[in-house]
Amino acid sequence: MAMTEHTAATVQNSTNLLRFITCGSVDDGKSTLLGRLLYDAGMVPEDQLAALARDSRKLHTDSPDALDFSLLTDGLDAERQQGITIDVAYRYFHTPRRNFIVADCPGHEQYTRNMATGASNTQLAVVLVDARKGLLPQTRRHTYICALMGIRQVVLAVNKMDLVDHREDIYAAIAHEYRELAAQLGIGSVHCLPVVAPAGDNVGERSARMSWYRGPCLLELLEAADTAATQAVEFRMPVQWVNRPDASFRGYAGTISGGRVAVGSEIVVQPAMRRARVERIVTADGDLAHATAGQAVTLTLDREVDVSRGDVIADAARPAPVADQFAAHVLWMGDEPLLPNRAYWLKIGSRTVNARVTTIKHKVDVNTQAELAARRLELNEVGYCNIDLDHAIAFESYVDDRTLGGFILIDRQTNATVGCGMLDFALRRAANVHWQHTDLDKEARSASKGQQARCLWFTGLSGAGKSTVANLVERRLHALGYHTYMLDGDNLRHGLNKDLGFTPEARVENVRRVAEVAHLMVDAGLIVLVCVISPFQSERRFARHLFDQGEFLEVFVDTPLAECERRDPKGLYRKARAGEIVNFTGIDSPYEAPERAELHLHTSGLRPEQLAEQVVEQLLAGMTEHGHRA
Amino acid sequence: MSSLSYLDALEAESIHIFRETAAAFERPVMLYSIGKDSSVLLHLLRKAFYPAKPPMPLLHVDTTWKFREMIAFRDQVAAAGDVEVLVHINEEGVRQGVSPLTHGSAVHTDVMKTAALKQALDKYGFDAAIGGARRDEEKSRAKERVFSFRNAQHRWDPKHQRPELWHTYNTQIRKGESVRVFPLSNWTEMDVWHYIRREQIPVVPLYFAKPRPVVERDGALIMVDDERFILREGERVEMRDVRFRTLGCYPLTGAVASAADTLDKIIDEMAASRSSERQGRVIDHDASASMERKKQEGYF
Repeated sequence: MAMTEHTAATVQNSTNLLRFITCGSVDDGKSTLLGRLLYDAGMVPEDQLAALARDSRKLHTDSPDALDFSLLTDGLDAERQQGITIDVAYRYFHTPRRNFIVADCPGHEQYTRNMATGASNTQLAVVLVDARKGLLPQTRRHTYICALMGIRQVVLAVNKMDLVDHREDIYAAIAHEYRELAAQLGIGSVHCLPVVAPAGDNVGERSARMSWYRGPCLLELLEAADTAATQAVEFRMPVQWVNRPDASFRGYAGTISGGRVAVGSEIVVQPAMRRARVERIVTADGDLAHATAGQAVTLTLDREVDVSRGDVIADAARPAPVADQFAAHVLWMGDEPLLPNRAYWLKIGSRTVNARVTTIKHKVDVNTQAELAARRLELNEVGYCNIDLDHAIAFESYVDDRTLGGFILIDRQTNATVGCGMLDFALRRAANVHWQHTDLDKEARSASKGQQARCLWFTGLSGAGKSTVANLVERRLHALGYHTYMLDGDNLRHGLNKDLGFTPEARVENVRRVAEVAHLMVDAGLIVLVCVISPFQSERRFARHLFDQGEFLEVFVDTPLAECERRDPKGLYRKARAGEIVNFTGIDSPYEAPERAELHLHTSGLRPEQLAEQVVEQLLAGMTEHGHRA
Repeated sequence: MSSLSYLDALEAESIHIFRETAAAFERPVMLYSIGKDSSVLLHLLRKAFYPAKPPMPLLHVDTTWKFREMIAFRDQVAAAGDVEVLVHINEEGVRQGVSPLTHGSAVHTDVMKTAALKQALDKYGFDAAIGGARRDEEKSRAKERVFSFRNAQHRWDPKHQRPELWHTYNTQIRKGESVRVFPLSNWTEMDVWHYIRREQIPVVPLYFAKPRPVVERDGALIMVDDERFILREGERVEMRDVRFRTLGCYPLTGAVASAADTLDKIIDEMAASRSSERQGRVIDHDASASMERKKQEGYF
């Protein structure tokens, strides 16, 4: 099918498409600016203009003749009533030079996720600032999210210049401050300009009222912006669909996400790394000799190899890296927080795998970019995380390739899109053992027992009364209908830990094993009572870090050494004093007392029953405090 | 060729969406409304899966008030044989005698289009329904996702749409839920016509100007397509050179006076045009924000 000459819009055959977003704070005038841009580009048809005049009169009875351009873009009923933009709206317009797709992005803080959505497919951001207010925390937030989502060009529109008497010094101060901010965040290209959106100054035409500004107007800037996509240089194609109409044809359909492929190219199917050559590049318009990024094609190969949806076909000489553990930025979009070790679906390219965030290394304060410690990510928070997949995937760094570097996270219960992420690099671990994902999680298991899983970690000298108190606590919990298990250090040394002695190294390993077993039992939904001397701070800290916040309660059973030695229920102190046992805690091996135990039991003068009651009280109070998840 | 033309890029994006739908859903369907957008959709459907036949049927929700030329065109498409065409009519509505002439556009659309569509989706158990809606058509459509989630009652919740990033579409649903998929989301009306011309895609002849019997009613030119049309007092049928920018039920679809009888002339006329596409649609004017309400209720 030959291409015909076009008579009207000459842009139809050009590659000139710019996707950009508009963002700024509430009331900065984004919708007005965009509406004005569409109007100036001649994109508002007469019937819409008539409706606009009618709606403007209805809403603004004080100035019946002025057009409210924001009404052109504020689409949803709810938005009109609230006077804010609550979702991303896409607009289409063209000039003789270029086609444009605009994502109109909301300024409300809680809709950050929509901004990220709008930014994900765009090459440029128009950031609005109110000249009276200057840069706001949201300005910084929006710019950070643009940078995070891979936008490297920003146009800063300083709006409402008429309300500051068109003063150049005010504009210049804002522009200067913004350039510094953008540079900090790694945005290479910044253009600033002063505008008055409703009147159209510097929107579609240069303003006569601000002659001190000699740069291009907004439309001219957009027409000149760089439109290159962020994609891999080498050939990459995620397989979407295996095309098998009959036994004679087997093709692999997908959109080329990077580079170029030709008939005869040597390729590799990733992640399994099976090699083959491209036999045909099939399209409905006939076979091609070669194809490039952005084209949707069907490849056939010269030999039978196993290829499925989700695989990536890549240049054999320069394939994509393959890994199952990554460092990535995650922007959380779910109402329920992101919790480490919870399983989510991760979709990248055409591949969906099981994933869990193993560690939140830090979260980023999006207003200051400060790195903060975090155990979870709430809605609209950004974290830098380690991610673990149940299958290896072919990937690219997000800064190089958005298709094979960007992923979404999907909640396995609700199917909601709860997060998006930008891959940074693969983590290489010495022991490349994968996490086996299971369908049920701790929450489900503990909920079916009508409780919240906990680990009560009793530490203290030998003979301090750990097992005695823990035993009473367990009996009490059992009577109340809770599901429990007690892990006693001495008992475990008869089985799991019978190969271990009492050297410091063996003690560390002893505590590590007990902690891991306790962690498994908490994962099973149980309330676990651990009784080990666990004399070292660092091992107790290790144990604590295995558990979620609020799940681990350290109980210091504080009985003075002299009292323990007096009791000596197993005769061990006597033997230690006699030198028959070495490395005995309190005698010739140290005990590091906890500094911040959740519960400090001073045993002197109290009966074990009273101590146990303290533990039970504190445990149950903590459960009410944290509440049951619905 | 080192870079793609704008139309090539739109085509590739749409094909990508078709393939994603076929791969991720158990029982997809393409809604076929016979108009120009449906013609483009069908063309893309064939391209996306070539050399295989399209792996999904077409569904036409017939309100029984479509132009006769539309029905003839649909039957030709079905006769091509490479794709199954399912036709669904709300028989309950027919029994009640629902008609746009007597019940008004709102009731007619609700019963014969919205309710009928839900009936058909439930009857066949479709979990993904591909439609030809474009974001440039109307304001509430501008916020629609490409993969737009519907609950088991087919309702759209504009405040709880799934964020949609890159071209990485969330296709996960539970049993009974469904998605509407819009491969032409990023196309404009002009793009559709340029593509039809470039690809030489057949469209219903009603898009081309010729003398047709019309009456002027409420400021619109309504074509008298069959004997069911009821003339109001003072109305007179006259032959005028008209064509349609958009096609729906004939009593609800206004024609425009035009001499554009070729694709080139249509495109020239549109480039010079100063009115929007859905102006001819009577249903959109019923109330402000009417489309958004219809969409929440399950209308396409």
